[in-house]
Amino acid sequence: MLSLTTLRFPLVSLRASRNSPARLGSMLSCRRRASLPAPGRHKGRIPEWDTETRTDMRTVVQQAVSGGPLHTAFWEDEAEIGAGVKKPFKEVIDVSWGDPHRGGVKPLTFVRQVLAACLYPQLMNGEKLPVDVRQRAQKLLDGCAGWSVGSYSATGGLPEIVQRVSEFISRRDGGVPSNPENIFLCCGSQWALTRILNVLVNAEEPYPTGVLTPAPCYSTTTLSIEGLGGVVVPYYLSEERGWELQVEELHRALESCKGACHPIALYVINPGNPAGQVQSRKSMQEVIRFASEKRLFLLADEVYQSCIYGEKEFVSYKRVLSEMGPPLSDTVELASFHSASKGFMGECGLRGGYVELVNLDPAVKKYIYTLFCADSSPPVLGQIALDLMTNPPQPGDPSYLLYYQVRSRSTVVNNVKKACEVINSLQGFSCQAVEGGAFAFPRIHLPAKAIQKAKEAGMQPDTFYCLRLLEEAGVLASPGSDYGQEEGTFHIRFCILLPHDVLGELLLRLSNFHTQFMKDYS
Amino acid sequence: MNHGTSLLWKQRALSSLSATRRGLPKEKMSENGMSRGKVLTIDNMNPTVKKVEYAVRGPIVQRAVELERELSEGMKKPFAEVIKANIGDAHAMGQQPITFFRQVLALCSYPELLSDSIFPEDAKNRARRILNSCGGNSMGAYSASQGIESVRQDVALYIERRDGGVPCDPDNIYLTTGASDGIVTMLKLLVCGEGAARAGVMISIPQYPLYSAALAELGAVQINYYLNEEKCWSLDISELQRALNEARRYCNPRALCIINPGNPTGQVQSRQCIEDVIRFAARERLFLMADEVYQDNVYAEGCQFHSFKKVLFEMGPEYSETVELASFHSTSKCYMGECGFRGGYMEIINMDEEVKAQLTKLLSVRLCPPVPGQALMDLVVNPPQPGEPSYERFISERTATLSALAEKAKLTEQVLNTVDGIRCNPVQGAMYSFPRIAIPEKAIKEATENGQQPDMFYCMKMLEETGICLVPGSGFGQKDGTYHFRMTILPPRDKLKILLNKVQEFHQRFTQQYS
Repeated sequence: MLSLTTLRFPLVSLRASRNSPARLGSMLSCRRRASLPAPGRHKGRIPEWDTETRTDMRTVVQQAVSGGPLHTAFWEDEAEIGAGVKKPFKEVIDVSWGDPHRGGVKPLTFVRQVLAACLYPQLMNGEKLPVDVRQRAQKLLDGCAGWSVGSYSATGGLPEIVQRVSEFISRRDGGVPSNPENIFLCCGSQWALTRILNVLVNAEEPYPTGVLTPAPCYSTTTLSIEGLGGVVVPYYLSEERGWELQVEELHRALESCKGACHPIALYVINPGNPAGQVQSRKSMQEVIRFASEKRLFLLADEVYQSCIYGEKEFVSYKRVLSEMGPPLSDTVELASFHSASKGFMGECGLRGGYVELVNLDPAVKKYIYTLFCADSSPPVLGQIALDLMTNPPQPGDPSYLLYYQVRSRSTVVNNVKKACEVINSLQGFSCQAVEGGAFAFPRIHLPAKAIQKAKEAGMQPDTFYCLRLLEEAGVLASPGSDYGQEEGTFHIRFCILLPHDVLGELLLRLSNFHTQFMKDYS
Repeated sequence: MNHGTSLLWKQRALSSLSATRRGLPKEKMSENGMSRGKVLTIDNMNPTVKKVEYAVRGPIVQRAVELERELSEGMKKPFAEVIKANIGDAHAMGQQPITFFRQVLALCSYPELLSDSIFPEDAKNRARRILNSCGGNSMGAYSASQGIESVRQDVALYIERRDGGVPCDPDNIYLTTGASDGIVTMLKLLVCGEGAARAGVMISIPQYPLYSAALAELGAVQINYYLNEEKCWSLDISELQRALNEARRYCNPRALCIINPGNPTGQVQSRQCIEDVIRFAARERLFLMADEVYQDNVYAEGCQFHSFKKVLFEMGPEYSETVELASFHSTSKCYMGECGFRGGYMEIINMDEEVKAQLTKLLSVRLCPPVPGQALMDLVVNPPQPGEPSYERFISERTATLSALAEKAKLTEQVLNTVDGIRCNPVQGAMYSFPRIAIPEKAIKEATENGQQPDMFYCMKMLEETGICLVPGSGFGQKDGTYHFRMTILPPRDKLKILLNKVQEFHQRFTQQYS
């Protein structure tokens, strides 16, 4: 049962217009906008915010506290269902975040057996667990101080695991070398991203630091950038071209922020979240050339690299960069992020992620190391999850068959295909092919009457749509306005990494609801 | 699994790791990158990051890892193994986990085991309860940013019990990634202002370097108040006042951090002292941050842990309704010592509602604390009860660990105080001794010539000669002209004895050599 406080990040979003060239400033207590209440100053504990940030903050505050209108409604729904209020549905399907286990995907047996054996090594006595599970647990515990997952690991992770992650990267990238010294394991990829942003965003410069960020974009990242005092400079993905990243748009975005900030980094999400596109090698080469020419640090969020459904293959930025040869491969600075939360495993709760740094100034890297030191060490079970993700059972291992049986790629691909077909068959919906990632991000062409109605309610039109969807069909999706979209366009995002039956039910509810909605408001 | 061999394996593993981390040829991509300037350089990177230092994992520890590798490669050293007494990592020193905790966590990880008869019923029930509060009944689902609701409720009940019935609202509980996540997040909320209005935060000297590192990173002003070494590292209000008055000239002091029981100094605050601190914070309008992660680690007779929350509420509404307090706890210390799970919580009292909303937002950026850490926190605050199958075993394991620690605290103090030139306050609580050491002039001179702090010089020499890894007092801060080191009391009793003897021998040799 969710409560008001179980708010979800996608809705803790920024309310400022996504279409302004650069949304300046931070809403947290960064220097330029120093603004949180001084406990020492105000008798009645009334915050002294500067008025400029105040409105901004209020909105976010409300979003945060209530989880936004959607989540409030969700909570009420659940409570009402619990209290026996009659609803046209038995339970709410929550597809507002990319959380496979929450959506009903079962954890991988091999992964959980190894974790259990590491947690309670007595399980390794006897034949309860397959031999490869026991061997792996033994090997992992050998790497832990005191043979316990309860001890701290080295900064940046258990060295054996870091080593195996680097071997994985090198295998993945067709032999491009990967140096374990450049890899830092951490408490989820988002944590690592915030750490790297922290080094990039220079809070003491009079001119704020800008980060080119896709629109639509995963909202936690924008929150991080602004929280550190940086400026989000949006570049729009081309929806008509399957959410392609176009280099002309990067040029436009860079021009747009002239005078407002000092752009230092370019953030890309591939495969996309929420847009679900997979970048072509050619597009990546253009991006790399652009970054080099404009002297931008590349931040490549590649957490959905194993979630690929279409024809396009995933290629890592590191690989493309390396294959472009010198001088680019020797100069362009890159941080690439990956995580145990997505893909086959979907172990979000364990919080395992890593960042690999390429071409960084060794002097800067030293400081990054110290930053990671201050975080103590990443959660050991999360590190183990990364180890298992990057080194799954091999043919001939007792766990091999089961491991791959439950996760047949074709099932997932069919699900995704089916979802797109169903959505595109609905009048007023258009969905680009979902090539990768965890989400569908279809566009809704809302009738003028619905837009009007939303405005009257003081809501974004797609929020209004999602709210109705929740109330009437028990489906919790999130509105495109949370991620940034071209003005005048509306979208919804929902997770499609779901068990077959849940997805079927979801699509059925969505179809019925949508048809009725369009009727009601046309 | 036999523990002796496991240690050996660990060493081998460690050395192989450092070989790859350090020795192998660097990849071409990163090394030839000098042909043109970097986008990110130490000149244009965020300057606050450059000020971050973290002694507990500093150069001594890095050298210790190197030495382990050298040993494993067969290099001759005057010692057979490196003993890492630098960090409060109980399991690394051989302390065994609490069986019940690990049983429940194993069951949560792999629920098929719920049908296995090797697990006691109460462990199974507990695992079911935890799984029921997880999304999709899996620890692999994200939790709410603030933490799993049922865990927060259990934490609140624990705090009420601990504090003799002082009420606790689960909405004020935030589960965190270890205590440090909570501490850093709270500091982030507090820091603002420019120039003379820049936020200042009062921290004890000696302090745990997490505080100085976080303040440096945030660009906040660190206000030092010195603990009184002569009075067993106690906290004097007059010293707080002095530090505050001075700081008011150049910054805006907003918060006061207290570590109780103390790290690295091991003192346990008296109730009276806590009351005085609360009055001081109320009078001076300071936000109180109470780091109470060692709350079960109290060894000295006559000492008792009093939570700031409890004392605050017993002081009546004048204080309990106004003084803003954040208190922190973790799964890493006490009798559990489960550092690797990164479990923790903070309780926030009297905080402005709108600021609380900002806090929630800040926390949402890191999505959620590791769920196994949350589950473990739940077990710590709600352990087996009398009458349950696991109760006896739990109590005996907990008692054994805590009494061994008490014994080792005493042993450490006793042995160190027999050494000429080392003076050690009683280790009343926590997990460390922080003795003062006399360093001869000649050694100080040599250290200074090397650009080293004298106690860093001392600890580095000790490491090279004995294999013992300590942290120099300069990493924690100390009064000018005094020198210390921090040593954990965690090694098993026999090993600790050897370690203390080696320290003794080294100190005598060192003193002789430099006098």
